[in-house]
Amino acid sequence: MDQITTPLVTVRNCRQAYHKEVGADLVVLDDVNLTLQEGEIVALLGRSGSGKSTLLRIVAGLLKPTSGEVNWRGNPLKGPAPGVAMVFQSFALFPWLTVQENVELGLEALGVKRNDREERSEEAIDLIGLGGYDGAYPKELSGGMRQRVGLARALVVHPDLLLMDEPFSALDVLTAETLRTDLIDLWMDGKLPVKSIMIVTHNIEEAVLMADRILVFSSNPGRVAHELKVPFAHPRNRFDPAFREMVDDIYGIMTRRKVPEIHTATAMAPNPFAHPLHPVGTNLMAGLLETLSSEPYNGRADLPALAAALQFEVDELLPLGETLSMLGFALLEEGDILITETGRRFADAETEDRKQIFAEALRTHVPLITEIRSVIDQRSNHRAAAVRFRDQLEDHMSPEYAEETLRTVIAWGRYAEFFEYDEEAQQFGLEEEEEEDDKT
Amino acid sequence: MTNYTPPALAGQRLPNRFDGAAMLMVMGLLIALIEVGRTTIGTPIAQIQNTPIHLSPAWLPYYALRSTARMFAALLFSLIFTFTYATLAAKSRRAGMVLIPILDILQSVPILGFLTFTTVFFLHLFPGKVMGAELASVFVIFTSQAWNMAFSFYQSLTTLPDDLREASRSFRLSPWQRFWKLDVPFAMPGLVWNTMLSMSGGWFFVVASEAVTVGKTQFTLPGIGSYVAVALAKEDLPAILYAILAMLVVILLYDQLLFRPLVAWSGKFRFETTAAISGPEPWMLKLLRRTALFRTIGEAIGGVFGSVFRLRLSFRQPGQVDETSEPSRMMDGLWFVMIAAIAIYAAFHIVQYVSTTLHWHDFFTALLMGVYTAIRVTVLMIVASLIWVPIGVWIGLRPAATRIAQPIAQFLAAFPANLLFPPAVLAIVYFNVNPNIWLTPLMLIGTQWYLLFNVIAGAAAFPGDMKEAVQNFQIRGLLWWRKVIIPGILPYFITGALTASGGAWNASIVAEVASWGAHKLAAQGLGAYIAQATATGNTPRVVLGVAVMACFVIFFNRILWRPLYAYAVRRTTLG
Repeated sequence: MDQITTPLVTVRNCRQAYHKEVGADLVVLDDVNLTLQEGEIVALLGRSGSGKSTLLRIVAGLLKPTSGEVNWRGNPLKGPAPGVAMVFQSFALFPWLTVQENVELGLEALGVKRNDREERSEEAIDLIGLGGYDGAYPKELSGGMRQRVGLARALVVHPDLLLMDEPFSALDVLTAETLRTDLIDLWMDGKLPVKSIMIVTHNIEEAVLMADRILVFSSNPGRVAHELKVPFAHPRNRFDPAFREMVDDIYGIMTRRKVPEIHTATAMAPNPFAHPLHPVGTNLMAGLLETLSSEPYNGRADLPALAAALQFEVDELLPLGETLSMLGFALLEEGDILITETGRRFADAETEDRKQIFAEALRTHVPLITEIRSVIDQRSNHRAAAVRFRDQLEDHMSPEYAEETLRTVIAWGRYAEFFEYDEEAQQFGLEEEEEEDDKT
Repeated sequence: MTNYTPPALAGQRLPNRFDGAAMLMVMGLLIALIEVGRTTIGTPIAQIQNTPIHLSPAWLPYYALRSTARMFAALLFSLIFTFTYATLAAKSRRAGMVLIPILDILQSVPILGFLTFTTVFFLHLFPGKVMGAELASVFVIFTSQAWNMAFSFYQSLTTLPDDLREASRSFRLSPWQRFWKLDVPFAMPGLVWNTMLSMSGGWFFVVASEAVTVGKTQFTLPGIGSYVAVALAKEDLPAILYAILAMLVVILLYDQLLFRPLVAWSGKFRFETTAAISGPEPWMLKLLRRTALFRTIGEAIGGVFGSVFRLRLSFRQPGQVDETSEPSRMMDGLWFVMIAAIAIYAAFHIVQYVSTTLHWHDFFTALLMGVYTAIRVTVLMIVASLIWVPIGVWIGLRPAATRIAQPIAQFLAAFPANLLFPPAVLAIVYFNVNPNIWLTPLMLIGTQWYLLFNVIAGAAAFPGDMKEAVQNFQIRGLLWWRKVIIPGILPYFITGALTASGGAWNASIVAEVASWGAHKLAAQGLGAYIAQATATGNTPRVVLGVAVMACFVIFFNRILWRPLYAYAVRRTTLG
């Protein structure tokens, strides 16, 4: 299918940035370039917050980039193009429409006549294995069947480009695998009425399994960090050593990028409010440290293997690993995770000692938490409103990240008994306050 | 049991400068309506020919039909208003800044207060024609229905799930297609529920708006309300009983033929991913769905609507959303200046109108009357809560009792309480007791049921695992009330209490004055103040009274109910 024609999509110097009142703009995508040819499956792989979904929406014509050029078949893209259809992570089915009505939605918008509509939707429904479900409502279907409706709805308009936004991440492992293989089979047999597929995912194996080309995104700001060609022919075997090696390599790439950045940041510690924290719970950290320190890992684990054993997605495992590495409990090296001395001490300790060790780690590695504590200490009433910290965080990050970071700090600080937090008043405070008693 | 947050409770909106502007605009508009009416007074007042109302029960079906027709006419206008006003408010940020506070104020203006303004307006719009009187009556019903419907629709539009919005854009639905495929269906459960509450509340105002006296203007439209009014004047007790009976039948029919099928049907549009266990299908809906004839008719109608909704009606292709560009400061500035200008103009208009006709002591009188009514409402709410909370909890915790009691409570909420006033008034006259105290309960007769059915719903929704935990720890008595069930039903209770107290303020206009033939009873209060000013055609005082009452209602909503509701939701729900 190699032909040198006009590419389907070209994206040049694309940038998406949100203006901030104070401080630097919040950059979601920075200088992204992308060319999509007919006949290929391209995966955009990255962590949440790496802007890959934003890029997908820009290509879909849903979002207008702050700057940069997006061309669809050689012409500037000005809105949702007729030749593009999208499959959503949440399925985005209309609950009040039956399967058939959902599938016909795109055709209705095109003003297709009733007979044609019925014929084409029937065809798409049969193709995707939904025959017999025509009259069912989405709520009567299982997750896998719902996503099949999502697929049929996109395919029925015979799009040139099929965009998929983490299409299988809301499904359980087995169902996701079935849908993936079904889709690839149809693609290989040339039965899919599409010319090209672009899929956004945070699942490394999924990318290697499906795509001809993988663009690995880095976060903060989102950039295309690496581009890899997947040389394997379909159907691919997950247990093929070459396949495993590629997955391992990508893990390496995805961890390598982040580690130095975080360490230099904490070492220089210019601003306690500049870095978002991953919302990782203390129980999860303790659990991973315990697992790491015991058999069979004995302090060192291969990330893909660990992810498989714990049934974690990259998106869950990497933030956890990075948080442990930031707190000095573990190290990330070339797709491996290693427990440190402090980490081992934490894993072996009892509840009260763990709190001590954790508090110590917070004191040394999380300037935000020490900053909050010192503000509380300075106040005569030993209380400080959360809103001031949230505002300072928002100078450096999106409101969602600021909220998430604040929540994380509250959870960690409570665990380490650094401070108390009064949700009702939205205030930080200290534990030994006698006024607390007569309140209740 | 379905439960929706009443509009007055939803949202975190704090009072802001737009509320002030909105208040001024609403009052200004109302005064302008009277002015328009007054200026057309040049044409000789055509006395509306009073068709005599027959007290024979044989006429009642006809009157009931006329009242019901008015109700549906108002409903049609309310729907049109909802679809336009709320859509505009939701789709345009700048319009929303003004339209929503206006809606909030309109919601708090006592509905019967509108009567004075609109009667004069409509009567002069169609001088000497019954049309004017009919429209005035329909408009009052409209004001009792439209605001919360529009609010509910607006809230649905602003909470549309992102993925469905994106899906309809990416499949390139035109705005018209999207409105019928996404906006309306998504809003449907809330809209149907609010429409039904509106309709239930509406019966009260149908009855109140048919026989109207505003100063020298008066009309009596054929309908149940007029029937009762004439019966009252003629001291005909059997006729009143007939009217109550007729109303019961009408409401029963409306409940069975419309309310239940519609609410059950709207469940289809509920936005949830799992199939809910739904109750038995109402017989009417079953009939419509299963009967071949009705199905064919339904499909034919549906087909026509479907093809209308499928029209694109738009030549513009959908564009991209630009999330990163800022709204124009200049346009915002111009917009604010324009709003300020209108508000100042309205303020000027109001001051001019009021200063020539009212004195400061009028204001203080109205305020004092407002305090009296506020005390009545508060005492009533406390008494009603003490009675209905234990009963509601008892019923709600027993599924068998709930199944019987819940429809009855909803049915009673729809029954126009003003039909029950005459027997009560008769009793007060007969026993010669103090009307200041004994007229008070009438205010809550109609609306206490909201309290009851919300408490029942709350207790019925109390989680089973928590009930088991409570049994396991043997929590009983006062501790159980304090720590378990009261917090458990709090959001529901507040929802009910807000509706009930808002209704009580409204009802005070008809409940604080009552008459039986030549006997006139009046309590001291803002409702009586407005009612008397209306009867004597003293419009400045009506304006004042209505404004003061609106302020009281807004004050209670903002200072008491809304924070309480936010607190209850925050503290009594997980996550």
